[in-house]
Amino acid sequence: MNRIIKTTAIAAAVMGSVSVAQARETIQIAGSSTVLPFASIVAEEFGNSMAQFSTPVVGSGGSGGGLRQFCQGVGENTIDIANSSRAIRNGELENCQANGVNEVLEVMFGYDGIVFASRADRGAFALTPGHVFAAAARQVTVDGEVVDNPYTRWSEIDAELPDQEIVLVIPASNHGTREVFEEKVLDPGCDSLGMDGDACHSLRGDGRIIEIAGDYTETLARLDAQADAVGVFGLSFYDQNRDRLQVATVDGVTPSLETIGSGEYPVSRPLFFYVKGEHLDVIPGLAEYTEFFLNEMVSGYGSPLEDAGLIPLDDDERAEALAQFQARTLVTGE
Amino acid sequence: MTPTSASVDHSRRRDLIEASLKRRHARERRFRRLGLGAVILGMGLVAILFASILMRGVPAFWQATFTLDVHFDPEVIRVEAKPERGPGESEADFRERHLAWQGQVGMVNWQQLLDRALMAELGEVEARQARDLRALIASGERFALRDRFIEDPDLLGQTRSLKLLASANVDVWLKGNIDRSLPDHQQQLSAQTRAWADALHDRGVITNAFSTALFLNPDSRSSLASAGLAGAFMGSLFMMLVVILLAVPLGVASAIYLEEFAPRNRLTDLIEININNLAAVPSIVFGLLGAAIFIGYLGLPLSAPLVGGLVLTLMTLPTIIIATRAALRSIPGSIRQAALGIGASRVQTVFHHVLPLALPGILTGSILGVAQALGETAPLLLIGMNAFVANVPGTPLEQSTALPVQIYLWQGNELRNFFEARTSAAIIVLLGLMLSLNALAIWLRKRFETRW
Repeated sequence: MNRIIKTTAIAAAVMGSVSVAQARETIQIAGSSTVLPFASIVAEEFGNSMAQFSTPVVGSGGSGGGLRQFCQGVGENTIDIANSSRAIRNGELENCQANGVNEVLEVMFGYDGIVFASRADRGAFALTPGHVFAAAARQVTVDGEVVDNPYTRWSEIDAELPDQEIVLVIPASNHGTREVFEEKVLDPGCDSLGMDGDACHSLRGDGRIIEIAGDYTETLARLDAQADAVGVFGLSFYDQNRDRLQVATVDGVTPSLETIGSGEYPVSRPLFFYVKGEHLDVIPGLAEYTEFFLNEMVSGYGSPLEDAGLIPLDDDERAEALAQFQARTLVTGE
Repeated sequence: MTPTSASVDHSRRRDLIEASLKRRHARERRFRRLGLGAVILGMGLVAILFASILMRGVPAFWQATFTLDVHFDPEVIRVEAKPERGPGESEADFRERHLAWQGQVGMVNWQQLLDRALMAELGEVEARQARDLRALIASGERFALRDRFIEDPDLLGQTRSLKLLASANVDVWLKGNIDRSLPDHQQQLSAQTRAWADALHDRGVITNAFSTALFLNPDSRSSLASAGLAGAFMGSLFMMLVVILLAVPLGVASAIYLEEFAPRNRLTDLIEININNLAAVPSIVFGLLGAAIFIGYLGLPLSAPLVGGLVLTLMTLPTIIIATRAALRSIPGSIRQAALGIGASRVQTVFHHVLPLALPGILTGSILGVAQALGETAPLLLIGMNAFVANVPGTPLEQSTALPVQIYLWQGNELRNFFEARTSAAIIVLLGLMLSLNALAIWLRKRFETRW
C-alpha cells in the first residue's frame, strides 16, 4: 500500500516537472532526406568543434514535411531549421506567415545531382530526357499522334537502349527530388516529343512507374527485387553504393562532382536550408551553426561534405550566401 | 421385433460404428498432422529469421581496429596548461576559462597526430596520398584523441599505444562485405588505401576487435564506424522508466477499481468496452494523439523521451488494465469471502489478500506491456524521435532516439555495405532485451505462483 502511494507520488512528480518548461538549448532541424546526411555531418562537427553549444538534432520527413513543420509556428516546440532540396513555395510561405513565422531566411549551401542508376549486373543505360519521358508518361507521341504509352521495353523506345522491361523507380511527391525530376527530365523530354501542358507530368498507371515515399534505401531494395528496374538516386547515394549500382549517362554526360559542378550534367539542383529568424536570438548557436555550415572548411572543396557527395558552391556563391544570411535577408516569394 | 432381427440390427450398428470410427480416427490424425505441420512451419520461419539476423549481425560486434602508438607531440599540441580553479574564483568564471581552454584544445590539428602514427607504420607518405591515408582511420577518432587529452593533459609529450577504429569502408573491405574482385571504379576505397589496409592487417596493426563503440557511442554520421547504440539505449531506457512509473500504477489502480469496487452498470460496461477497443487501436494513432496533445497543446519538446514515454504509456495502459483485471478475476471468490468474513474491510481484503495473490499475473502482464512498448516504433516517428541525435541524453527532456527507431535509421543509411550488418547487430541487441524482459516475466510468474 505504502509503496503504491510512493510510486503514484513519483509519477505525479514526473507529471509536475513537465509543466516547468525548460529553455531549449539544442537546435532542432528537420526536412529533406537528401540534405539529411549533409546536415547531420555538419551538426556533428559543429557539436564537436564548439564546446559551448550542444549538437543539433536532425530529423527527416522530406522537404515538404520539413517545411510544414517549420511553418507550424514560433516557439520552442517548433523546429528552427527546415532542410529542403527545393526552394520554398509561395503557398508554404503564406502558411508560414499565417502561423506567425514572418522571418524566413534562405541559405543555399551546395548542389546535388540526380542520377539514374540500374543494377551493376544489368545493361548500361545512355539516357536522354526524351527516353525517360517516353518510358514514364501516360501518353506519348508516336508518328505524330498522341497515343497511350505503348512501350514495355527500353529497346522499343530506342534500339540503342538495353532490351529490358521498363520499370522506373522514382521519388514520390513528398520529396523535393520529384520536383527536380519533373522540371529537369520530364519537361525537356516532353518538349522533345512535341508535347506540352498537363500531359508532361501525367505518369502511366500500369505499375511500371513505382513511386517511393521513403528514402533511397527503399529504391535500392526495389532494384534488388526487380532486377530490370532503373532507379532515381542522389549522386551521393550512388557514390556510396557503386559496387551494386551503375549510373546512366544523361545526354552523354556521366554524372560526377565535376560535371555537375560545371553544369554540364543537366539534372542537378541547389540544396537549401531555411532558418527561422524569430529563433535566432532564442535558441543558442543558431546563427553560429548557419555560419559554420557555410564555412569553406565544412562545405567547400576538400571538406567532409564534399566527401559525402555534396557539390560545393564556388567562392562567389559562398560569399553571397553568407552575406545574405548575415544581412538577415528575408524570403519574400515572387 | 424378434430377437434375431434385434441381433441383426445390433451387428449392423456395430459395422456402422466401426466404419465411422475409422473415419473419425483418420480425421483426428489429419488434424494432428496439420497442427504439427503448422507448428513446424512457424518454428522453421522463426529459425530462418533468427539465423539470417544472427549470421549478418554477429560479425558486426567485431570491428576492424588499429593498435597504434600515438605520440602526443608538444610541437603539435601547443596549448596552455589546463586551468585550475583558483581560490576565490567563481564557478561561472572558472567554467568560462575552462571552455576557452577547451576551444584551444579543439583547434589543435589532432588529425596530424593520427597521420604521423600511421606514417610510423607505413613509412613516409607523399603529400598527394594524404587523402588515401586519412581514409584508413575513422574520422571521429581525432575527437577521441582530443577528449582523451582534455581528460588527462599529462599525456603531453608521451607516447601511448591506443586502440583506434578503422573507417567504415576499411572494415567493409577487410571483412569482405564488398566484392574484393570489383574493379577500382566500383570500390569505395582507392587502390592505395586498400593495399595499406591489407598490409596493416597482415602485420597485425589492424585486428578485428570486439566493438565497444557499438555499445558506448551515440549515433554518428560524420564518422560512420563510430556509430553506436548508447544514445538510443538511453532514450529507450528513459521511455521505459516513464512507462513503468505511469502506466503500471495507473493501469493497476484502474483495474483494481473496475474489478473490485466499481458498481456494475451501463457506465462501467461502456468503460470496459472502450478499454478493450483501445487495446486494439493501431499504435500510430497514439503517435498522432501524442503529437497533437503533448507537443502541440502542452508544448513539450520535440524528440524527447518524456513525450515518447507518455505516448507509449497511453498505448500500454489498456494492455496492463486488461491483464490486471484477468489476474484479479482468477483469484477465487472464497479468498475475498474469507477475508470479509473475519471482518476485513474491502480495501483490506483487496490489498492484503487479493492483490498479493494476483501479483504474479499483474507483473507478467505489466512486463509484457512494457516489452511491447520497448519495441514500438510507429508512434515515435510522429513525435520527432526519428531524428539524428549525436548525444547521449542525460535527462528524459533531452532529444534522443529509441532502439527500434535506431534500427530504422540505420536501415536507411546510404552506406549499405557497413550498415546492413550494423542494423542486424542492433536488432540482436533489441531482441536480447526483449527476451530478457520476457524471461523476467516468466521467472516472476514461476516464483510467486500460487496453486489451489
